[in-house]
Amino acid sequence: MSEASPAKAYALHLGVIALLFVLSFMLPDYYHGLLARIMVLAVFAMGYNMLFGYVGLFSLGHAMFFGAGLYGAGLAIIQLGWSVPLALLGGIACGAVLALAIGLLALRTTGVAFMIVTMMFAQVFYLLILYFAAWTGGDQGQVVPQPARVLNLGATSLDLTNPTVRYMSALVLFALVLLVTLAVVRSRYGRVLVAIRENEERTKMLGYDTFSNKLIAVVASGTICAASGAAYAVLFGYVGSSFASVQYSILPLLWVLLGGAATTLGPLIGTVFMYYVIDVTSGYTSAYLLIVGIALILLVLFFPKGILGSIRQRWLGWLP
Amino acid sequence: MHFGPHLLLAALEGLVTSAVLALTALGLSLVFGVMRVVNVAHGEFFMLGAVLAWAISTAISGHPALGFLAALVIAPLIVGAIALVAERLVLRRLNYNPEATIVATIGMLYIIQQLALSFYGPEARPVEPPFSYRILLPWFGYSGYKLSIIAASALLLIATWLVLTRTRIGLIMRATQYDSETAQAFGIPVDRVYGGVFALGAMLAAIAAVLIVPISQAHYLMGQDPLLLSFIVVIIGGLGSLRGTVVAAVLIGLSDGIISMFFSPTLAKIIATLLVAMVLVFRPQGLFGTASR
Amino acid sequence: MADKNGFFDLSKTTLTRRTALKGLAAGAGLAVAPGFVRYSQAQSSAPIKIGFQSHRTGIGAAYGRWYEKTTAAAVKAINAAGGINGRQIEVIIEDDGTDPGRGAEVVGKFATQHKTDIVFGTLFSHVVIGSAPAAGENKMPYFVVSEGHHVASTKLNRYVFQPGITDVKSQIQSMAPWIAANAGKKVTQIFPDFAFGYDHRDYLPPALKAQGAEVIAQIAIPPTESSFTKYFPQIPPETEVIYHVMVGPAVLTFVKELGEFYGSNLPQLFGFMDSLEATDINSPGLEFLDGSHFWEGSPRYAQADDSAAQKAYRAAVGIDDNGAAVGDPKDVSTASHMFGCWETLYVVKKAMEDAGYKGPEDRAKLVEATEALTAFAEGPEHPQGPKTFNGKIHQCFGIQNISKVEGGKLKVVHKTKIEDGLYEPEGDYTTQAL
Repeated sequence: MSEASPAKAYALHLGVIALLFVLSFMLPDYYHGLLARIMVLAVFAMGYNMLFGYVGLFSLGHAMFFGAGLYGAGLAIIQLGWSVPLALLGGIACGAVLALAIGLLALRTTGVAFMIVTMMFAQVFYLLILYFAAWTGGDQGQVVPQPARVLNLGATSLDLTNPTVRYMSALVLFALVLLVTLAVVRSRYGRVLVAIRENEERTKMLGYDTFSNKLIAVVASGTICAASGAAYAVLFGYVGSSFASVQYSILPLLWVLLGGAATTLGPLIGTVFMYYVIDVTSGYTSAYLLIVGIALILLVLFFPKGILGSIRQRWLGWLP
Repeated sequence: MHFGPHLLLAALEGLVTSAVLALTALGLSLVFGVMRVVNVAHGEFFMLGAVLAWAISTAISGHPALGFLAALVIAPLIVGAIALVAERLVLRRLNYNPEATIVATIGMLYIIQQLALSFYGPEARPVEPPFSYRILLPWFGYSGYKLSIIAASALLLIATWLVLTRTRIGLIMRATQYDSETAQAFGIPVDRVYGGVFALGAMLAAIAAVLIVPISQAHYLMGQDPLLLSFIVVIIGGLGSLRGTVVAAVLIGLSDGIISMFFSPTLAKIIATLLVAMVLVFRPQGLFGTASR
Repeated sequence: MADKNGFFDLSKTTLTRRTALKGLAAGAGLAVAPGFVRYSQAQSSAPIKIGFQSHRTGIGAAYGRWYEKTTAAAVKAINAAGGINGRQIEVIIEDDGTDPGRGAEVVGKFATQHKTDIVFGTLFSHVVIGSAPAAGENKMPYFVVSEGHHVASTKLNRYVFQPGITDVKSQIQSMAPWIAANAGKKVTQIFPDFAFGYDHRDYLPPALKAQGAEVIAQIAIPPTESSFTKYFPQIPPETEVIYHVMVGPAVLTFVKELGEFYGSNLPQLFGFMDSLEATDINSPGLEFLDGSHFWEGSPRYAQADDSAAQKAYRAAVGIDDNGAAVGDPKDVSTASHMFGCWETLYVVKKAMEDAGYKGPEDRAKLVEATEALTAFAEGPEHPQGPKTFNGKIHQCFGIQNISKVEGGKLKVVHKTKIEDGLYEPEGDYTTQAL
């Protein structure tokens, strides 16, 4: 993170957002739908990156934050009959509160123990979904009824099941989170986080309260992931326990590592790349997991900093 | 059933779980302790052991014990060789960087799982136990083979303990675990020790799987639960502590069986998981470990 | 915009993707990408494309393979007899990894990339429920072969159908009279602690009560459990019948451990074949199953009184008299469920022909034509037996088999009547907009 002009960085990010906007009119139907989903999940990855990339805290439990948003929003609509905006806020609030509680406990540990503790809390969250199956729908999950997935903004009402509306909603969320992330990373607070990652003891000695700084990061990370989950529930209409399983804790880690940890655009690139590899290879062979596995190992061997991290290291030092 | 016999049964079942878990977790703990590598593919080595046990025991005709004994020897060797190759080709080149090795072992997990699915298939397949003696207790019947698993596991654990504490290999391993740079300076081939430890860890998982497969079945997705449980055991027991690993395995195995006597099983799992998480939060070095260096 | 009119409504948004695209394409002189070409197929000779959402990987893989085999056999038979409306069937398979998230993506891929006429073949309930919204939004008729009660519960949407296999609520209900009359009056249930098990938990007790029997204990076992003995002490000693239904890779362990626990003092056993699908009942450790009874959707073993249709079906799919793959006696089929693929494809054929189906623009007509169906007669198209179909809840109801394990084989000892499994509809899909 060099001190290159902020204008350059903002121009790049606005350019990416503009590109995604234009792509909406250019892509064939299938990729259009897929990209909408990828943008929502890239938000999940960005939330993960906030903690993993910038603070260096390695969590294997972020599925619970995504799940909190997903179930918070989904159940608010299904069980309580809330409107979409309220349900979205409810889902995000669930994620924030959960992240605060988990942060207070888990931040007492570091390193591998932090990873295991987050994994176990996520497992508890997952089992609670199964335990309260009467309410959550358990492992089968539930459908968010199509008629309820409408966003009423004053006089206009947007049908979230319409592909264009869905794409644009996903883009708005993505753009918002991307710009917030960029601003945070470039802020004084962002530098403190990186300082904690590089040397927590020294940061502490310099007079920073590392615990509360880390706690804020956990809550921010959890809130962003919950926003992604809440958006997933209303945009794609299904809440199910598989989204809270260990697999969905590993996925954002993979996306971030592929794209490049501690880069603002890395999560998007990693998510796109992973989806693209799976989509292309699954067309040729049912053994696509094999190819994903090999791709992971090759990437980590030859591009250990991820796609964007390697580019930044070799060519574009100013990338945020 | 009355409370006493019920408790006895729960304890027996818990001990069988503990026996298998202790071996699997010990493998993870060695790799973790000596190499500081979180091996996410550990459960897949467990699965490979079970799948190979099926392949070997069906290839050998005659008394089921013959096939089983052959599997008990050959399967871990094959798994160990595979692990060694993976370590040389991938982990060594990553310089055992913690995050990179996690991604690489996730990659291995996918590869091994997919290969098992492609070549072994999606079905759960049984392996015949070497003997099928049913012990008749006044209240219920119990598999004699299950009791023999406890004995076999105990013997293997004692053997591993002797190797670690009484032999030169064990000394080298402990020295590497304590301080790899100093060990290197004293002429210990740290690089080769790492290769050996990784293979040994995988072999322990494979042995555990061969032992369990006659009462469970070989299935290509069977690796996930042992992985999660092993992580828990290793953390509770304290990093790289053999004694801690064994005690934690017994604790986890028994509590799983006994808690589920009183609560609905899902609730029991929730409570147990939460308890373990709290132990970690308030005693991160594990119940038996010393404070981290 | 007949085919995709639900995607957007001009009155609601000012700028739509497609109108903007037209402007963009015209202005920039862009060649319109192939993906944008509107469905122009009024072709009469192009094949009917069926998207097969298959569990090739993940926990459902053992079922997926047999579903694919049965589907391939049915397609071959239909094509050889002239296809649907004179058009051949082409099956496009996509793996969903037995994951609901990926399942929804696959349905989207069928709708927007492969542009299939229908989507078909899903088994696992959570994948069905996860994919249903995508099917509804894409207005894609979605024919599942899942046996779950989700379709009939009317919680999904108007595009989801299950016309080839009876749902589990009906299966359970039709088992109760036989259990009460022949096995025993005091029943202990053992079932997996997740949604599939809850159907058994919720529907068996009232059905047994109506027959003068009762459920005296219900034991739920978590789906991830790999050892079961510790649950058996909860079975009350006065139990006369153990009613068991487990799914997943650990089921064989479950049955074995039950035998070890009881030895020869075993109460009557009544199980759902789901416990042992794709598993040889002569596996080591299962000897004690001899004399116990199972529900079977379609019999695994060839029966003495098999109809000509049943024999032809078995030959076409390639299973021998023991229900294993011809040439590989160890490769046991999922006979109790996979027949549903065969029968569903014939229902699709019938409905498409009734609707005069030409292409995706006729999907709504296909939905209505399917809803108009009422009964399927036993025969080559429905070798499992006769069925009735309720168009309001999109669910079929057929006969069920109760089989006894005798000499290492399953022999059908009772066939239920369709009426045994009928229940009050819980809703009506036909009131939903198309």
